Amino acid sequence: MMLQLSGVHAHYGPIHALRGVDIDVQVGEVVTLIGANGAGKSTLMMTLFGQPRASSGRVVFNGEDITALATHAIARRGISLVPEGRRIFPRMSVLENLQMGAVLGEPANFAIDLKRMHALFPILEERGLQRAGTLSGGEQQMLAIARALMSRPQLLLLDEPSLGLAPLYIKKIFQIIRELNRDHGMTILLVEQNAHHALRVAHRGYVLQHGRIILAGGGRELLANPEVRAAYLEGGHAATAA
Amino acid sequence: MATLVLATRQESAAARLKDAATVAVVALLLGIPMIGLTTVDQGGALRVATRWPALAAFVAACFCGRLLLRYVIDRLRQRRRTREHADTATPNENTAANPWLNRLGWGALAFALLLPVAFSDNRYVVDTATTVLIYVMLGWGLNVVVGLAGLLDLGYVAFYAVGAYTYALLSTQFGWGFWQALPVAGGVTASFGILLGWPTLRLRGDYLAIVTLGFGEIIRIVLVNWTEMSGGPNGITSIPRPSFFGLPFKPPGDAPTFAAAFGLEFSPSHRVIFLYYLILLLALLTNLFVSRMRQLPIGRAWEAMREDEIACKAMGINARNVKLSAFAIGAMLGGFAGVFFAARQGFISPESFTFNESAIILAIVVLGGMGSQLGVVLASLVLVLLPELGRDFAEYRMLLFGAAMILIMIWKPGGILAHREPTLRYLSGSAAR
Repeated sequence: MMLQLSGVHAHYGPIHALRGVDIDVQVGEVVTLIGANGAGKSTLMMTLFGQPRASSGRVVFNGEDITALATHAIARRGISLVPEGRRIFPRMSVLENLQMGAVLGEPANFAIDLKRMHALFPILEERGLQRAGTLSGGEQQMLAIARALMSRPQLLLLDEPSLGLAPLYIKKIFQIIRELNRDHGMTILLVEQNAHHALRVAHRGYVLQHGRIILAGGGRELLANPEVRAAYLEGGHAATAA
Repeated sequence: MATLVLATRQESAAARLKDAATVAVVALLLGIPMIGLTTVDQGGALRVATRWPALAAFVAACFCGRLLLRYVIDRLRQRRRTREHADTATPNENTAANPWLNRLGWGALAFALLLPVAFSDNRYVVDTATTVLIYVMLGWGLNVVVGLAGLLDLGYVAFYAVGAYTYALLSTQFGWGFWQALPVAGGVTASFGILLGWPTLRLRGDYLAIVTLGFGEIIRIVLVNWTEMSGGPNGITSIPRPSFFGLPFKPPGDAPTFAAAFGLEFSPSHRVIFLYYLILLLALLTNLFVSRMRQLPIGRAWEAMREDEIACKAMGINARNVKLSAFAIGAMLGGFAGVFFAARQGFISPESFTFNESAIILAIVVLGGMGSQLGVVLASLVLVLLPELGRDFAEYRMLLFGAAMILIMIWKPGGILAHREPTLRYLSGSAAR
């Protein structure tokens, strides 16, 4: 087992955002976490990364307890995050952004990895010297993913990669996620509001509500689940409020 | 695109006329009672007289002035718009190395090297140029903290002071020479940088600015009050001047002097010129050092930290070390400038290290364009020379100074040179490390 969270609680100031979450991710899997706004999805992602730290419970990565580690130390264990809202370095060039992603890696690998990323995202080669902030939203998302991959992570965390993107880019991003997993064996934990796309690409999924996992199962299985359909797929605004 | 620009220009020309006409009408309405009508004393009786020509001139002046003002504003806006357009439309042109800037940099360097030769008999020019270079060096040092790492520091003068006092004490109390004291003072100020950085690691922006402001004041107040150590408000006097590899700049005497060793006739300007080249050397070393740092992972991490701290941590960067290194290196460079300052003046007191200095150094970095090395040079020139040139204007000097700062910020909101060179380029199609 690559990643295991057991009984994780987290607080944002007075807000009890996670109330005992248990999830696990196996090597080579795509696991998705879906839920409405404010369900605690992004908190879970950041808690994994020690921002904020879990107030109780355990996070175990490759057999090591990483619950109390500092954020940068967690990254050094081989987990890479594509943060919500992309968070690229806007005033630095695309190339420099990728260099930042490779900070932990072997300098000798840089040219190889860069070539790999350029093959995966040709637009990034074209825009190499451009300021990253001038890229379109979709291009920035690709840059954020490429930057995260530059460190050759064992586990890739994607936090709402489809947020605010045009439908065409959303399709492309999910296609890339599928490719990364299928062709490169990347283990991925994906947090999404776009349940339809996320569940189709995932092997397994969890449904998070009010800081608790309320459902778990295979991707297709959850996609067919009437509760999930009602709450997250078919205009489920009324249902999520319940 | 051309038609589009033309259209907006024509439209704005009409709008400008209309706008100026409105102003003229308002001026007319206000002007009738204020200018058009006046009272005159005619044989003891008060009579109302009219001054229509003066009113006409006033309205015309308002109309033309407004028209001109609008025109200038529109032109500036339009230029900015086309520049922004060019930014997004032709990114490669935007990011390509700017040969013009490069030439400007080399030209400035050549000028700096030749300046004492050209003005060897004009002590005032060389002295002022030395002051400019001190500020250039301070600006480059603060640029590491503010421009690259994005940590707003309002107390930078504290490090300048620590460097100056370290040299002053080492030389007057222990007889250390300039070159011996320089690295030690650098180390001391770097530790002070860490001392400031450590408790402020979690702070950013305005909160950090307040703490650094306080730090600067603490250092100054300690210097004022700790009389046994710093001499209090009287400062430290008769600090030894730097010598030319052991040869002092003195009138001929028993010991060998610089003038005697080189068979020159003694002149007090030798020392002035030597000090000028010394600060030029220190400044150039600073520049090389900072440029090199920018290309190393640590320098890139500073910039990335400025952009997004959380993203940085997620890349596995230890935010604490990155911030402390920026504080330490920025402080060290300020300390070097302080050592030079003490050696040049021969006398230092807390009065030289007030908040005003911090503000000017910060203004140099901001006006120059955050992170731009050449921008710092240009801004130092403006900010040091302007008060000098403005001496004739006496009490209006600071007004002039303030107006110039405001104008620069309106004209170039990102600083004189807001352009940023990428630190890595592709070499013939493939990526080079």
